[in-house]
Amino acid sequence: MRKRRIVPVSLLREKLLEAVGKIYCQPDAEVIRLIAEAAHRESNPLARDMLQSIVDNARYAIEDGTPCCQDTGSAVLFIEMGEDASFDEGNVTELICATLEEAWERYYLRRSIVEEPLISRRVLQNRVVPIIHWKLVPGDSVEVIVGLKGGGAENMSVQKMMPATATIDKVKEYIVEEVAKTGGRPCPPVIVGVGIGGNFEESALLAKRALFDPLGRKHPDKDYAALENDILTLINTRGRGVMGMGEGPTALAVHIRTKSCHIASLPLAINLDCHAHRHTRFVL
Amino acid sequence: MRTLKLDLPLSPSQIQSLQPGDKLLLSGVLYTARDKAHQRLIQLIESGNQLPFDLSSSTLFYCGPSPVPPNKICGAIGPTTSSRMDPFTPMLLEHGLRVMIGKGDRSEDVQRAIRKHNAVYLVAVGGISALLARCVTYFELFAWEELGPEAIYKMQVQDFPCYVGYL
Repeated sequence: MRKRRIVPVSLLREKLLEAVGKIYCQPDAEVIRLIAEAAHRESNPLARDMLQSIVDNARYAIEDGTPCCQDTGSAVLFIEMGEDASFDEGNVTELICATLEEAWERYYLRRSIVEEPLISRRVLQNRVVPIIHWKLVPGDSVEVIVGLKGGGAENMSVQKMMPATATIDKVKEYIVEEVAKTGGRPCPPVIVGVGIGGNFEESALLAKRALFDPLGRKHPDKDYAALENDILTLINTRGRGVMGMGEGPTALAVHIRTKSCHIASLPLAINLDCHAHRHTRFVL
Repeated sequence: MRTLKLDLPLSPSQIQSLQPGDKLLLSGVLYTARDKAHQRLIQLIESGNQLPFDLSSSTLFYCGPSPVPPNKICGAIGPTTSSRMDPFTPMLLEHGLRVMIGKGDRSEDVQRAIRKHNAVYLVAVGGISALLARCVTYFELFAWEELGPEAIYKMQVQDFPCYVGYL
């Protein structure tokens, strides 16, 4: 039997509280750097004014401990569990929920989750229901990515089973068109996560996971990296600009993640994140 | 870009003098209302009941604020996506509403109704809640507490920044 590494759940709790405590009021630093640069370059006064307000807000949010956006989002976690690691206690999912509830109380985050989606849509007042994606990976460490995902950008998501013979240009055109038509709704400038391949549900997971890659990272395959670059350029040519007001940048980055798929299929998913882009990563 | 400092409620002549793209610094009272509050307002109108505030002299802000921490006036404040309110907006405009604040496009129907009633749709920047919270001088739960963040909150703002979208 292989030697196992025991990870205390108390450490998971401590790191998760710290992570939420950081990101609820701190937008991604690279986003703010890019937006500050864009504001500096921007010739249109309205777009410049809006971009500058995003930069100023990032400072005020930290100074005041106020959430950078009132939609403090759904908690989304990607957990990669090393096959040779174990937690020292059970009920880890329950511990994560309780820890998030503690964070929601401590930082005065908004109760944005309804208990069930259709009949009553009653807002849950004392429980956080996160979305957790577990994956077993080689090794003995545990990597946790945590994001706070707002509803406005999430509502602009699409999944489409493209024809298996669709050309690169058709795929490109579809993505650009879908992002451009969202206008101001997802709070542009946005980050665009694209999942290509897998199957129906895996494409969506790839798109969501791609969002949380370090901002502006390039796909390791040069053809996909070029595609990311082309799509970003086209979105910024055809998109509707800052908050959909017609000027300034529409997107800051396009991240594509890919996976093998069935000969009959070309699954494609697009997931957007607003400019607050609240996420972080820690390793246990 | 013109920047205009204006007190709420806006008068018909003030609304007429606006141009798309103007920046406004608004001072006065805002009422929050988002999806569920809109549904209820429409139900009240359809059943002939009184609304909790006078629509014609009120400014609606599509916003679900975060909770108020101790020793603070308000939590995080900012616009939600306006298009979700589109199915309800023409009827509110029929019943006197003139000023709305949110983010993103409105439907053709809403744009037409805005023109017909000489109303105005203002766009606030999303995701700048700490900046907008600094403009709030007074904040209270006004109606329908059970709706949580979707309840109606009343707030007094000073130099609240937004931009003219549609007239």
